[in-house]
Amino acid sequence: MATSISTHRQLPAELREIQLRTEDYARSYGLDFYETIFEVLDLEELCMFAAYGGFPTRYPHWRFGAEYDELVKTHMYGLQRIYEMVINNDPCYAYLLNTNMMIDQKLVIAHVYGHCDFFKNNAFFSHTNRKMLNQMANHAARISRYIDRIGYEQVEQFIDACLSLEDLIDPHSVQIKRAPDISAMPHAALLRDEDFEYLATEGRFPSKGYMDQFINPPEVLEREAKERKDREVERVKKRSFPEQPQRDVLQFLLQHAPLRDWQHDVLSIIRDEAYYFAPQGQTKIMNEGWASYWHTFLMTRHGMNDSEVIDYADHHSGTVAMTPQRLNPYKVGIELFRNIEERWNNGQFGPEYDNCTDMKEKARWKKDVGLGRQKIFEVRRIHNDITFIDEFLTPEFCAQHKFFSFAYNPSADQYEIASREFDQIKQQLLTSLTNHGRPFIYVVDGNYRNRGELYLQHQYQGVELKSGHTQDTLVNLQKLWARPVHIETVVDDKPTVISYDGHSHQTKAMSAL
Amino acid sequence: MTRPIDLDTQRFKEIVRGKVRDGLKKYITQGEILGRQGREVVSIPIPNLDIPRFRHGSKGSGGVGQGEGEAGQPVGQGGDQEGGLAQPGDQEGQHIREAELTLDELADMLGSELELPLITPKGDSTLKTKKLRYNSIRQTGPKSLRHFKRTYKRALRRLIATGGYDPLTPVVIPTHEDERFRSSSEVVLPHANAAVIYMMDVSGSMTDDQKQIVRTESFWIDTWLRSQYDGLQRRYIVHDAVAHEVDEDTFYRTRESGGTRISSAYTMAQKIIERDFPPADWNIYCFQFSDGDNWGEDNTLCMQKLQNDLIPVCNLFCYGQVESPYGTGDYLRELKKIVSRFENLILSEIKNREGIYESIKTFLGKGK
Repeated sequence: MATSISTHRQLPAELREIQLRTEDYARSYGLDFYETIFEVLDLEELCMFAAYGGFPTRYPHWRFGAEYDELVKTHMYGLQRIYEMVINNDPCYAYLLNTNMMIDQKLVIAHVYGHCDFFKNNAFFSHTNRKMLNQMANHAARISRYIDRIGYEQVEQFIDACLSLEDLIDPHSVQIKRAPDISAMPHAALLRDEDFEYLATEGRFPSKGYMDQFINPPEVLEREAKERKDREVERVKKRSFPEQPQRDVLQFLLQHAPLRDWQHDVLSIIRDEAYYFAPQGQTKIMNEGWASYWHTFLMTRHGMNDSEVIDYADHHSGTVAMTPQRLNPYKVGIELFRNIEERWNNGQFGPEYDNCTDMKEKARWKKDVGLGRQKIFEVRRIHNDITFIDEFLTPEFCAQHKFFSFAYNPSADQYEIASREFDQIKQQLLTSLTNHGRPFIYVVDGNYRNRGELYLQHQYQGVELKSGHTQDTLVNLQKLWARPVHIETVVDDKPTVISYDGHSHQTKAMSAL
Repeated sequence: MTRPIDLDTQRFKEIVRGKVRDGLKKYITQGEILGRQGREVVSIPIPNLDIPRFRHGSKGSGGVGQGEGEAGQPVGQGGDQEGGLAQPGDQEGQHIREAELTLDELADMLGSELELPLITPKGDSTLKTKKLRYNSIRQTGPKSLRHFKRTYKRALRRLIATGGYDPLTPVVIPTHEDERFRSSSEVVLPHANAAVIYMMDVSGSMTDDQKQIVRTESFWIDTWLRSQYDGLQRRYIVHDAVAHEVDEDTFYRTRESGGTRISSAYTMAQKIIERDFPPADWNIYCFQFSDGDNWGEDNTLCMQKLQNDLIPVCNLFCYGQVESPYGTGDYLRELKKIVSRFENLILSEIKNREGIYESIKTFLGKGK
């Protein structure tokens, strides 16, 4: 199983040649990628791969079938086309549709190299498993084994319950250490022996011995120690855990929920895959923007012959077309990258430019600094969508592309244009991008009321949870936790706790508790 | 070879049809793609299952869009739609779901979605048509019917046989003897004709919403029947207290007020059948749509006409009752009393737009 994951068909010579040529050009402009393997698939195979999230082998589950059914249908009626698929793996696998015109294949190949470069170099992908193709096949084999042993229906039901909680992960945890790590203390080697005493006590800042009483004043340490002790006593009394609210609910469940072996494994598979896919969600605008930037660049300079220009223009504009009143990540991404390149080419950055109040002069601003290309490479390395928008979205850009923010109007049950002010647009855009516009949910207590009940908290930021879904998700959560589960949230502007005990739901306003 | 994805798809379809995992039924979402057929926009259902998750509701949500418009202008419906940036999908290049469809495709889809049986027409023994089918080859004929491939094949064969063929400069020129032509022969096909008579109550109690439902439903019925018969004739009758035969356009636009006398429509339908469609040669379909209000004393006459004059000559007589805020729906009850006696009388209640599919299935599910 583990080795026979790919169909490994030889690429037709003509495409192979295009691939090699495009690859050479891409490298010559500084793109840097893993080896990329292209395969040509027919429509059904492509839809299958797409339904599987790009992978040839996934575990059996109806949702892949649902996705496949929809893809095939919409494809057959010409409603939608998948031009390409590429997966973040080493080597990168990319798939071409056999019925595409040659110009489409060229475009796709160029586009794919943009993605491959992004996968390899963007910081947010640095922790992803580059052997995911194997890993996915491995997951599939494991789940198939459980199905053989436990039965299809049981495993499927459990997967459904896990999927319900799938996005309750902490996407930043791969980059940030949440727990203190003593061995990582800087300059430890420079310290004298007696200096190590305070490593035993938490709350101290590292310092040279002679500065210690200033950096870590004894009375403050004493006060903090007391507070810590009080908290500890309190905690032991309540027997609650975790110490800090934990965002990786799945990890918490893995550690503490009463799961059978196979259930534990299935849940960890779902969690692994969620972490693998998370960066793609975090960088959708950038990733598509970057790939589109490069396919345009490579195609218009080297890619096509005269007879292909019209088709190329047609397909490219289809990709970056704005559907009315919806943001197209391809479009926003490519325009923003071009905008950055232009600004850094013309020196439209830095304090001098920012402080210039004469709009006419700002628009005319042109210093021949030529840092554009260098800048966008840097941007693709260190940013994700949120920081990308935060850092580089300008009022001029918003006005030029006719951005607006919209908001829900409950009295009319519809979304209405709220504003065309830059600040509000930017804020709204960042809000939508933060955690994909999904709610933040934390585990607060795994021993709520000292009865082993699970208490989650929704970090309310002005948008309430969708009510029916919340109850149903609690039902699934309870299947895993086995004891009653609660979530603290806000309903109709009032803090509320929604509970499910395995039989019925309860909704209580907080003040009544 | 069975691929794993086929098993997943099969499993999914079983869930949607409610055969397994009954508990998931409430999560079925009726996604749709929009098809365009001439003026009509038709929707093609694409069911999916929604996995419940902690999600934001509409209240207090919003997003960023791109395009023209003043503050306050609506940009989308609330409800289930998720606000915010277009949800990033895993696939590339998604476009709006609107398709240009042919009537045949529509009928195919309808047939397969609703699992409609093919209709066995009656009267096939009486009417026959002759059609030309190009199904053979001969050596003479007009140039326009020349069979290109066969002609060149023969020419090539002749060249190779005579040794005149040079693979390096492969020039093949057919001579007169090489030419082959398509030839037609007459086939006699049974010819099945169908007539559809639509009747609609346009009394004051039918609102525009109900008419819209009737319009959609009759569009689908048309589409299906058209795919099943060679020729389809349609007649439209509107009625309040009196009935009128009208054209299609008027049928959907007329707005009358006043009372309802269903028997008037039946009389008119009977007249049309006698005049245009001798039942021996025609497959006759009657579809009646009403909100179910009728003058009480008229009911007896209606039942009489229906049982004696209409039902015996029709393949199907379908009565669809649309729910109206004003109508009482009594008429359906009257019909229910006699429905068991006639195999080709079909009743259906259409509560709202979502009820349309179910109703079409009821009407056409018998394969008549």
